[in-house]
Amino acid sequence: MAKIMEASGLRKRYGAVQAVDSVTLDIEEGICLGILGPNGAGKSTTIEIMEGILSPDEGKVLFKGKPIGRDFKRKVGIQFQTTALPEFITVKETLRLFSSFYPDPRPLGQIVELCSLADILDRDNRKLSGGQRQRMLLALAIVSRPEIVFLDEPTTGLDPQARRNFWDLVARIKAERTTVVLTTHYMDEAQVLCDEVAIMDHGKILERDRPGKLLARHFTGALVKIPKGCIDGALPASGRMVADFLEIQSTNLDDTMRELLAGGINLEGLSIHKPDLEDLFIELTGASLRN
Amino acid sequence: MRQFWAMVYARSMEFVRDRGSFVWSLVFPIILVFGFAFAFSGNGNALFKVGVLGSPPAAAAASFMAIEQVQFIPYDGSAPGKGLASSLDRLRRHELDMVLDLGSRDFYLNAQGKNASLLRRLFLADPAMAGISEKTVTGAPIRYVDWLVPGVIGMNMMFSCLFGVGFVIVRYRKNGVLKRLKATPVSALGFVSAQALSRFIIVIMTSAAVFAGTNAFLHFRMEGSWLTLMLVASLGIVSMISLGLIFAARLKNEELVNGLVNLITFPMLALSGVFFSLEGSPPILRSVAKAFPLTQVIQAARSVMLDGAGMAQIAPQLLFLAVFSAAALAISAALFKWE
Repeated sequence: MAKIMEASGLRKRYGAVQAVDSVTLDIEEGICLGILGPNGAGKSTTIEIMEGILSPDEGKVLFKGKPIGRDFKRKVGIQFQTTALPEFITVKETLRLFSSFYPDPRPLGQIVELCSLADILDRDNRKLSGGQRQRMLLALAIVSRPEIVFLDEPTTGLDPQARRNFWDLVARIKAERTTVVLTTHYMDEAQVLCDEVAIMDHGKILERDRPGKLLARHFTGALVKIPKGCIDGALPASGRMVADFLEIQSTNLDDTMRELLAGGINLEGLSIHKPDLEDLFIELTGASLRN
Repeated sequence: MRQFWAMVYARSMEFVRDRGSFVWSLVFPIILVFGFAFAFSGNGNALFKVGVLGSPPAAAAASFMAIEQVQFIPYDGSAPGKGLASSLDRLRRHELDMVLDLGSRDFYLNAQGKNASLLRRLFLADPAMAGISEKTVTGAPIRYVDWLVPGVIGMNMMFSCLFGVGFVIVRYRKNGVLKRLKATPVSALGFVSAQALSRFIIVIMTSAAVFAGTNAFLHFRMEGSWLTLMLVASLGIVSMISLGLIFAARLKNEELVNGLVNLITFPMLALSGVFFSLEGSPPILRSVAKAFPLTQVIQAARSVMLDGAGMAQIAPQLLFLAVFSAAALAISAALFKWE
């Protein structure tokens, strides 16, 4: 499939911090790419370089094979992590304002429908709840019929219900074949929305693939976890310590249980689950994503 | 063009719906004008002021020139503000009660002056002044409030432009509105012009409203043409907005901008002659004041309203304001950054 964006060798430094360190990232048209990583991993800096908002110290960004230029601003939709909306004007007026910036904006009715804004159209921007605000910011990002949409931690700080509602909206945009790039530190979000994920830490991309493939590459079977405090003696041969847990990848739970009991390990805090992206992240970085 | 007007509209709505600033920008100057009108409505100064040209005759202690309650002010010379014509202007405006021209042996009184008949009797009682003939000028007195109203409206313009443009754009930069706009095809020039035009419309309308509202009760003296006065006001607003844009160009910290704007508005308030005339203050202070756009706006507006000055007479002030605006716009354009 055609690449809509290609970034290569991106580097960006803030003082002593190498925020982005040799990042190369291709994005295929029509996919939803999730960039996962803890706070400070360099996710926002990376996508702001790709959006053309920041200029990199090194490296280049291509949009459909050409360096990004003036024209790009009409073809990209952006939702920043924090944005203040103009005060004292309503949602409808703000949408009209942003519509006026583009040559062929989406009709108001369509945006309202797509982002579920009907009930807050006449509300002052200042009086929006967290979820309503994010819906509004998403609406501003797609008002121009962009070919690619960047969403920077769009659901951070939302309650679980509002997050799920937001996922529905993103799914609608994906269904229009718009390419979506989103950063998040919620694994469930990535698992639901993303066709591909890139895991980032310390300014570098550690792994990048389809979630299923990534998991298959790193895990086999079920994941058995026992808190560190429950282990007195020697570690069982099949296990290893990851963060504060003894972790065993088990293809035969009967055998694993027997081994643990034989080793005199207290099974009180034991958990068994299917490995997910959270486990993968801990596996790759040794730290929990929510730190 | 569509995006430009949409931005002008959005910014204007933002202001009009911000009841606090909107009402304040109207009420504050009105309170000031009425407050000062009442505070200074009495005839505060009991002294008679007489302008004198030529050297007085050596006279007895009882003569007119020795009356202690009369202040004699020499008007000899050709410097600005001196000479017979200037002294007669002041007489017409009731800033002098009488002009005594000893060279051509005339004395002038204002037919509408309250003290004219008393001064005439005092004057004619002095035998040394015999043979000096009386001439008359007419002119209604200038009340303090006539003089004050251009100052107060000019001051209001200054605050409204510096804060409404300078402060607001810095706030947009700080809270990320500018960053969001940078991500759209909107150009910096388009955005800034829209902000400036919106503010221009707001300030010209509030100024007109304040003037009309107070004029309905106080009936200000208006000798010149309304068109000229509008031109002075418009150019004044443009210069203040341009000055505000310098602050808006790149700063990110609202408190800093607040401080800087105060730093330049206070000297302007003190030295531009908003509340009291700087005549008689040290020349150095007056030349500093001349560099302030507010001084020039107020001076030009007073000339039009009080003396009926036309375009030609206020050309220096208009030129100053135009050059000042162009320079300030060039500086802010060179400095501007979205972030």
